[in-house]
Amino acid sequence: MKTWIAFANILMKDMRNYYLKPPNISWGLIFPVAWTLMFFLRSPVAVEVRDLLPGVISLSILFGTTSMLAVTITFERKSRSFERLLLAPISLNLLMLAKTSGAIIFGMVNAFIPVVFAAFLTSLQGINWLMVLTSVIFIAITSTFLGLFIAVSVSQVFEAQTFSNFFRFPMIFLCGLFIPLQDLPVFLQPLSYALPLTYGADILKTAVNDNGIIPVPLSFLVLLAFSALLFAYSIYNVNRKWIS
Amino acid sequence: MKIIEAENLKKDYNGFSAVKGVNFHINRGEIFGFLGPNGAGKTTTINMLTGLARISGGRVKLLGEDYTRNHKKAQAMMGIVPDESNLYEELNGWENLCFCGALYGMERDRREKRARELLEQFGLEDASSKPFKAYSKGMKRKLTIAAGIIHEPEILFLDEPTTGIDVAFARQIRNLIVDLHDRGTTIFLTTHYIEEAERLCERLAFIVEGEIVREGTVEELMREAQGENIVNFTLGGDFNEVKKEFKAVFPDYGYRIGRDSVISVHSPEAFSLLPLVQFFEERGLPVYEAKIARPSLEEVFVKVTGIELKKMQNQKEGRG
Repeated sequence: MKTWIAFANILMKDMRNYYLKPPNISWGLIFPVAWTLMFFLRSPVAVEVRDLLPGVISLSILFGTTSMLAVTITFERKSRSFERLLLAPISLNLLMLAKTSGAIIFGMVNAFIPVVFAAFLTSLQGINWLMVLTSVIFIAITSTFLGLFIAVSVSQVFEAQTFSNFFRFPMIFLCGLFIPLQDLPVFLQPLSYALPLTYGADILKTAVNDNGIIPVPLSFLVLLAFSALLFAYSIYNVNRKWIS
Repeated sequence: MKIIEAENLKKDYNGFSAVKGVNFHINRGEIFGFLGPNGAGKTTTINMLTGLARISGGRVKLLGEDYTRNHKKAQAMMGIVPDESNLYEELNGWENLCFCGALYGMERDRREKRARELLEQFGLEDASSKPFKAYSKGMKRKLTIAAGIIHEPEILFLDEPTTGIDVAFARQIRNLIVDLHDRGTTIFLTTHYIEEAERLCERLAFIVEGEIVREGTVEELMREAQGENIVNFTLGGDFNEVKKEFKAVFPDYGYRIGRDSVISVHSPEAFSLLPLVQFFEERGLPVYEAKIARPSLEEVFVKVTGIELKKMQNQKEGRG
């Protein structure tokens, strides 16, 4: 049994059917522009695009991956087409990796849209691009697995949206994306360190402006741990709830 | 040769026993039917056999190999057609078939060739480029069956394949099932249509409230229900004129006079037809027809389970 054929076809089908649809492409374009504009308009002092870049990249990945994955898996569960995947002779781990790979790629592509916009507005010299790429991959994986965790925890599409926002909106304000961690109230800081995006955004800050506060290797390790934990728990939940 | 063996198979949901230790086997190349009302445990059994539901107790074997705890290897040899079509609404017929082939590791050339064959075999060539959501219910069911056999499985599980579709499509699907069987596919069929089970299945199990209450070939099941031997004679004269003589000549046989000159002769023992035919002919009552009366599978089912068939079908089709 050539499992790579199944893996590749699940990934390609998802890319074609969900991620490369015009509404999603426009979402990827509009979202970072809207965030950047919001900070330009609301900030009383002049805003440097480069300061905003790590935050906008992180949010583009987070929103792109969690929205799509949580909704598509819940939708396939409702229409019972997900059963067809569960009945295929491929391991559950491989199946879920195939289902999440599309979202990871979509998140990575989304991440570089703000970079392209920023290139027209400011100088991008001195950025550690290798670190940017690595952190984008790690953030995309962690965010996608967060989307998977949400998808396997709910049964309705609307629940997936609501539950996604339960995680996403606090992250916007608590992960140091736009408000530095050290400026947050002391009682909120432990919560910030419990959120994966804090570490991803901090790596990006180091890569773009060299102003991160968490050691980069530690951030990568924490993201890796979050990914492993979210994936393992999601698989456990699929086994417990969907193959009951 | 046994292809599937279920031994003391059980399924519990939070203290409720949906399947209570069923034992059965399916022989290679046969159509095995699971007949029972709504909630009897038919779909749960299929789900346990195919890996969609965890087995609470007992074990299952495929070609002698236990796969109770590891369905993945067995799934490669199975084709599954659920009671509701579960293909991708946004993909067209061709794409759905090719995608399902890919899930079983089929190379592109092989799955495309097979998809073309199946679309032709199932009469769906003209609809191959239409999205699945635009298909009628019968077409959806046909394509779902095609998707279930694209990888040429050893055994095909068909869960209520004709429920809720019109008569013409149901007939086409039954013909397709016979055709698949003729090509050597082993078929596990669940249904609540007794005539469908009688027409298609070689062996049957009646399942009620999670228990198999009877299992056997159609012949065996009917024989069991047959209390006495009955032959219906259509005569060309009035039996009343000879009935006293009949009683004297055949003291062990009973009779009932029916409508249209039909006389039902019955006996607990098997009897020879020739003396009876000679008796009637010699007394000027020509015998136009002599037909052995057998109980229908419906009678067997009702006798064994105590469930009214009409009620069972209405319940399944949502007619209360």
